[in-house]
Amino acid sequence: MNLLVPLLLAPLFSSAIIMILPNKKLGKILFLTTGAIHLTIVFFFWFEKPFPILKGWLELDSLGLLILSLMSLLFFCASIAATNHLAHTTLLRNRDKTGRKVLSEKKTLAVMLLFLESMTLSTLSQHLGLFWIAIEATTLASAPLISYHRHPRSVEATWKYLLICSVGIALAFIGNIFLSLSITDPGSGSTVSLLIRDLAASGRPRDSLFKTAFIFLFVGYGTKIGLSPLHTWLPDAHSEAPAFMSSLLSGALLNGAFLGILRISTIYTAQGESAFIQRIFMLFGLISLLTALVFMIRQKDYKRLLAYSSIEHMGILALGFGLGGRGVYGALLHLLNHSLIKGALFLTAGNILALYGTKKAPKVRFMLQKLPGSSFLWITGFLAITAFPPFGLFFSEFIIAKTALESGRVLVSIIFFLALTLIFIGSAYLFLPMVLGKDGAREPGKKETPLSLAVPLLLLVLSLLLGIYFPAPLAEVVEKAVLYLGGSI
Amino acid sequence: MYFSIEILILFILLSDLLLLASSRILLCIRTLALQGILLSLLPFLIEKEDLELHRLLLGLLALILRGIVFPLMIKRTVLKVGVKREVEPFIGFTASLFLGVLAFVGCFILDDKLALPISADHRFLLPVAFFTIFTGLFLIITRKKALTQVIGYLVLENGISTFGISTLAKDPWFLEVGILLDLLVGVFIMGIIVFHINNEFDHIDSHQLSMLGDWKKGSITNYLNAEREDK
Repeated sequence: MNLLVPLLLAPLFSSAIIMILPNKKLGKILFLTTGAIHLTIVFFFWFEKPFPILKGWLELDSLGLLILSLMSLLFFCASIAATNHLAHTTLLRNRDKTGRKVLSEKKTLAVMLLFLESMTLSTLSQHLGLFWIAIEATTLASAPLISYHRHPRSVEATWKYLLICSVGIALAFIGNIFLSLSITDPGSGSTVSLLIRDLAASGRPRDSLFKTAFIFLFVGYGTKIGLSPLHTWLPDAHSEAPAFMSSLLSGALLNGAFLGILRISTIYTAQGESAFIQRIFMLFGLISLLTALVFMIRQKDYKRLLAYSSIEHMGILALGFGLGGRGVYGALLHLLNHSLIKGALFLTAGNILALYGTKKAPKVRFMLQKLPGSSFLWITGFLAITAFPPFGLFFSEFIIAKTALESGRVLVSIIFFLALTLIFIGSAYLFLPMVLGKDGAREPGKKETPLSLAVPLLLLVLSLLLGIYFPAPLAEVVEKAVLYLGGSI
Repeated sequence: MYFSIEILILFILLSDLLLLASSRILLCIRTLALQGILLSLLPFLIEKEDLELHRLLLGLLALILRGIVFPLMIKRTVLKVGVKREVEPFIGFTASLFLGVLAFVGCFILDDKLALPISADHRFLLPVAFFTIFTGLFLIITRKKALTQVIGYLVLENGISTFGISTLAKDPWFLEVGILLDLLVGVFIMGIIVFHINNEFDHIDSHQLSMLGDWKKGSITNYLNAEREDK
């Protein structure tokens, strides 16, 4: 049997069953099991690639496998965090302690599974129309989870997210139409299907339409990635969502949308337009880097800082892919590490928020005393995300910077180094005071649960391992993905 | 048949202008319904010779959703929230109409410049599709009520769909069902969020949703004051 079928059906069925099940505990078990099954199936794909289904519309290539594995791993972590969170919050008629309504437990679990389903579909789609549907579905499935706490702030964030992303994705649809109009079949002269490989192999496209299509697609999916200046919804949504959801949004969903643009870019590379798209990638990458820099210096809200950091790293990714050559390799490594670290950081931020009840960093002090475990994770995460040497991000940023210098782009490298340094200083200014210091009264805060520490720890350790030791099967898949994207190792 | 396509396109154009000029949300919803029905009829008229059964069913599904279900869902939210009028949009209704007419001229020029590889039989189809896309975006940007923005989003989708029809690409049925399903869930969730906005803020003016963000009016002076307080 083809394992793609259960991979796609499991979340869908489980989510339906959870809605019907009367017992909450059973629902949670089913939820966790589904996450585990998903992860197991994806693990099997590393040994044996599944056959494409639906006439090649759904196919797992190396790049898809990388991103799907990250997504599945992060979802499994988030599912543990979510059930852990639900087990430690007492709700009375779906209202929390402050009397605010939250999304009911059943709906939370069911919608999260639908989110997993749509993300999985997006990594598998080789057809641009199907990919569009999947990405729009990820927006819709994540929106209810962003307004999990029905606080005015989260409702506001959800509205911005829903409207800005939906309109953005609608623009990507216009891009799809332009693309299908611009490419004609060499034999019959009719339009070809929107399958990536058909588009890449087709005859010479109509030039201006072909380029117009890329701009629409880039702006459309770029909105979903949060490339500046299309990022305005991102800090709001990522900071207002509950921790387990933020980690998925930053760690998994951004990659999913990026995957789309990368697949589209292979069409343009195949048609000999790589210089054109590389310029666009680099431009948006640098703008995102600088925008993130402006908002990260003296940022007071630690979850917003993490969200802006996601914009920064998406900018670095775009820059790496834009540089081409070895930059593609660096960017792929960067993507892997960023997801792991950002997932860990958002989950840790959830622990902090649970104790202090505020997202304002100046109000969070003496963490070392009150949350020793989370303090360790927070500082380690800080070092990891600002690319300190043993962690994987150091190597990926090093490769990207080296590529930029080697290709003679001095200005780009200067901006890159300057932005990274200033962002490091800005982040240190927020992260470090939160942890350090002692207050006189030794009030033992709410206890950290072992699970709430173990999950982020696992992700950070993985990123550390990626920095030190790169296993052979992973290296092989990364190499294939890099070649697919037209880069070199 | 050719004549009837032109009439349909003309009515779509008129519905866009009505949407730009109207302040009453219920009227906008009715116009949206009309537009949805008209646009769902288009594919029947264009590809009349080889109409397969599944295409017919798809067309009917689109007609029911765009013409009846979506407008009814928005109407339900309107009745729940109790907001009937769009008050003082960023660009007034007369000005909107005027800009709309200008944009329509622009759409013809755009169509001329793009020179899309589409049969000349339906030469009004593309400008009107572009104009509908413009109308949708314009409504989203210039109107204040979250509900009118939902209507704008659907008008935008209508425009894109009209544009898609003109390419005559034959997508498999599940793709179109998928798109319609996304739209259905989208309108449903947007309706719920509008309802939440109304509950939490006691209004649905999206421009007043400004609790979040890092660039606020006087943010620098506030920041400096806070700095002083810290010391």
